[in-house]
Amino acid sequence: MKKGLFIVVLAGLFVLLVSSILKMPSLGSVDNPSYNETATYYLENSVEEAHAPNVIAAIITDYRAFDTLGETTVLFTSIAAVISVLSINHQDKKKGGDING
Amino acid sequence: MDDIIVKTITRLIVPFIQVYGIFVILHGHISPGGGFSGGAVLGSSMILFTLSFGLPMASRKIPHKVTSILETSGILWYIIIGLAGIYLGGKFLVNKEAGFFMGQAGELISAGIIPLLTLGIGIKVASTMITLFHTIIEED
Amino acid sequence: MEFIKAIAEHINYVASVALFVIGLYTVLTHSNLLKKVIGINIMETSIFLFFVSIGYVHDGSAPIINLGGGRVLYINPLPSALILTGIVVAVSITAYSLSLIIKLYEEYGTMDIDEIMKLRGEGKNG
Repeated sequence: MKKGLFIVVLAGLFVLLVSSILKMPSLGSVDNPSYNETATYYLENSVEEAHAPNVIAAIITDYRAFDTLGETTVLFTSIAAVISVLSINHQDKKKGGDING
Repeated sequence: MDDIIVKTITRLIVPFIQVYGIFVILHGHISPGGGFSGGAVLGSSMILFTLSFGLPMASRKIPHKVTSILETSGILWYIIIGLAGIYLGGKFLVNKEAGFFMGQAGELISAGIIPLLTLGIGIKVASTMITLFHTIIEED
Repeated sequence: MEFIKAIAEHINYVASVALFVIGLYTVLTHSNLLKKVIGINIMETSIFLFFVSIGYVHDGSAPIINLGGGRVLYINPLPSALILTGIVVAVSITAYSLSLIIKLYEEYGTMDIDEIMKLRGEGKNG
């Protein structure tokens, strides 16, 4: 009963998303608006400005290096959160055990 | 897991995986790959070791303290490289204008700060994967 | 006929929408928390596929510049560089939610969200 309702709603969502996606420029054409002057600039100047043939490496560690600093901070924050979640409750449990015992 | 086949194969294959990971990290600026993918390869080699030899053996090989120091030093190394750009008379994390050694494009030692930053990211991602896995499967 | 042609021209986007709906269905209908995390991962993968497909160009090669000369058509490097951030965030979210699930399992002895809600309700009433 509940599952049937979900299937109907999600089929509606699928039709909606597909009908809006079919208005996008077709896959793999060079005239795609995302292939604009920014991408062309990176492709043309990365060897000259960063001396790195790998354009993606030039983007993430030279042009947008500050962005990557934030990315590594996300990793650091996630590991700090995981360790704190997994360790604080242990201490609480030990305290509870002491009270019960 | 006390399986002789898994243990033998793991002991044979882990050094090759690690060499491949280091290769991907060091060649990040001239070939496909980079810090994130190379670090993931390095970290999964240690995960394979942990799965076949058990957590006590793996944490004897690479203790929690070492991984946490590696993680912190990875991010500090990144920030120090950025501050060196300011010291040499540019902006934060600037590459060519600060006068780092640029070299010939396409060679291993070239491209200024890009290999250094890639090395820091690789160490950071590898130690993060190892620490996450060891922390999650740890039970007591 | 035109409709089928349009679908074939946007096949990657349609696949990413299908993956998104499958992931959303998994999140909505399963009450096991681990399966919800799997559904969230499927949705993230659909978004990665959508972004990387935007940068694809027919007959384009990977954005490693050919130093020997000769002008080659490259794909758009910008979506690939941006999606690295997304992958890192996905890994972080998965690790954090797994640790929360471990703690919930230690507390209640079950991973089923309905049973956890029932147990919590009993605790409040009693």
